[in-house]
Amino acid sequence: MIWINVVIQGVLVGGFYALFACGLSLMFGVMKVINLAHGDMAVVAGYVAVFLTPHLHIAEIWSLLVVVPLFALVGYVLQRTLIQKSIDRDPFTTLLVTFGLSVVIENLLLEFYTANAQTVNVGALGYESWHPGSIFFISYVSLGVLVAAVAVLAVLQLFLSHTGTGRLVRAVADDREAAQLSGANYRHIFGIAAAIAFATVALAGIAYGMQTQFAPTSGGVNLLFAFEAVVIGGIGSLWGTLVGGIALGMAQVFGAHFNPEYQRLAGNVLFLLVLAVRPRGLFGKTTSVS
Amino acid sequence: MSLDTPRREVGPSVRRSSTSPLFALSGSIILIGFFSVAPWIVPAEWSSVLMNFFILVIMATMWNLLAGYAGMVSIGQQAFIGLGSYATLYFALKGVNPFLTIPLATMICAVLAVPITFLLLRLRGGYFSIATWVVSDTALLIIGAIAYFGGGTGKLMPGLQYLSPSQTAHDTYLATWFVALVVVVGTYVLLRSRLGLVLASIRDNEVAARSAGVNVQSARRLIFIVAAAGCGAAGAVLAVSQPFIQPSSVFNIQWAAEMIFVSMIGGLGTIEGPIIGSAIFFTLQQSLQQYGVWYLVIFGSLAVVIALWQPRGLWGAFRDRYHTELLPVGYHLREEK
Repeated sequence: MIWINVVIQGVLVGGFYALFACGLSLMFGVMKVINLAHGDMAVVAGYVAVFLTPHLHIAEIWSLLVVVPLFALVGYVLQRTLIQKSIDRDPFTTLLVTFGLSVVIENLLLEFYTANAQTVNVGALGYESWHPGSIFFISYVSLGVLVAAVAVLAVLQLFLSHTGTGRLVRAVADDREAAQLSGANYRHIFGIAAAIAFATVALAGIAYGMQTQFAPTSGGVNLLFAFEAVVIGGIGSLWGTLVGGIALGMAQVFGAHFNPEYQRLAGNVLFLLVLAVRPRGLFGKTTSVS
Repeated sequence: MSLDTPRREVGPSVRRSSTSPLFALSGSIILIGFFSVAPWIVPAEWSSVLMNFFILVIMATMWNLLAGYAGMVSIGQQAFIGLGSYATLYFALKGVNPFLTIPLATMICAVLAVPITFLLLRLRGGYFSIATWVVSDTALLIIGAIAYFGGGTGKLMPGLQYLSPSQTAHDTYLATWFVALVVVVGTYVLLRSRLGLVLASIRDNEVAARSAGVNVQSARRLIFIVAAAGCGAAGAVLAVSQPFIQPSSVFNIQWAAEMIFVSMIGGLGTIEGPIIGSAIFFTLQQSLQQYGVWYLVIFGSLAVVIALWQPRGLWGAFRDRYHTELLPVGYHLREEK
């Protein structure tokens, strides 16, 4: 019976990790940029939802409608300025710049909002759950996040394969010079990809705040989980990321079953095992990492 | 040194440095002499600041070796700082004098790094970076689960209580200074050896280096192991200098942030850069210490600005302008008159 629970909880957590990871995956796929501030961006989204939306006199859950478009805009601007500038230098610089941003963001949050933990208040919904069996429970919030994750992945997949802009994004990801020669402004397309990535990370940040507490330093661990989901699932595959997230979630729930301290450790061990045995991940097509 | 480089009658000659080595040599001897007697001539609080400065110099020099020379951006070097600290703690709990455990801890970190390279060197760029962090997180979780080391709450470093506090302060200062000296001089010698040339060739053009018969992977592996050993030594002196060892402090990613910012601001790919960066960092930290973590905000922003607009760092900019090197590791082509 515990196995069924491990699978159920693992799938629920895994959906959240996939939502977190798809922006990371998209930015790497299109710009070849690993955004080391990815996790911190999600935390910033959480702080914006908690501290700024009360001024708009709406329930915190509806902060999504404000924060997600706001982050898309932030993503576009950041891409066209700092990130593009570092891409123009070399991949090495993008790592240093995003790492610098990550540390600056964390410490600014510490200065302004202290190290106290925060949550996005969703009222009574946060405590309610569905009990299909006597020992299972499925939290409505977690289920909602899983549904949102699958929806985001599906919309992203449809966008990339069936729309004109999606085609441009794929073209620029394949060969930016060739796309530029054919009349696409690759910097603008990069901006669009970053806008999408930041919108998903804002969604993930608010989803995170609805499920658990977050603090200025929560970004790092979330970046780790998102990254582990991407590598376990296989780089360059959106649905692989979902499977990777679920595998990671199941490993963590399984570890936590024995000792709460083993939760993160079990996930890390699964990641290192995949790296040792199958470095391109479960669904990776090419060895694009090396 | 450049003095015995055979000189041809006509055409350009190859030299290590554009300035006289006597200048750097005499400067180095004065500095080494000063820092060796510093605990007896500077106030006690100064020698503790200097000690933390040397620990940062060790870490930054190692990170610079990894990133500036071998192109590996690690954000998980705190793994070896933590492992070095805990190796020291382990031997001290067994009754060994903590100062004698520093070389042991260094070797243990080098040995532990070997299997880790086989996992990590499969990855490149950003994937390598985050994977180093996963390794350090894993090390933190494993050490934190060991009851012998006090779990997550940590443990008091034994074996230092027989000395008076001032004697302990002197000894830890001298140990830290000696490790820093060995690390910097060792890095300098390493980069002037054949390996230094190999690294320069990989940095300039990896494909060309491969086709010229350079074994890129084994050069990277060696550098990773050396950097692990150096960070292990830093962790060991850190453990000796502070009485209480806690997983969350010795495995803190803030170490990575400090060593990265210091190397970037001082100048990647130079020996002098990390030392100058560390000096700037300590000046800033000491003068802003009443303002909380603002020094990290300022330092991080400065690092971003420098990475984008002055990627060779402050020392690199100075060197390019005045053609001066104190500790040259490259070669210069000179037209003979």
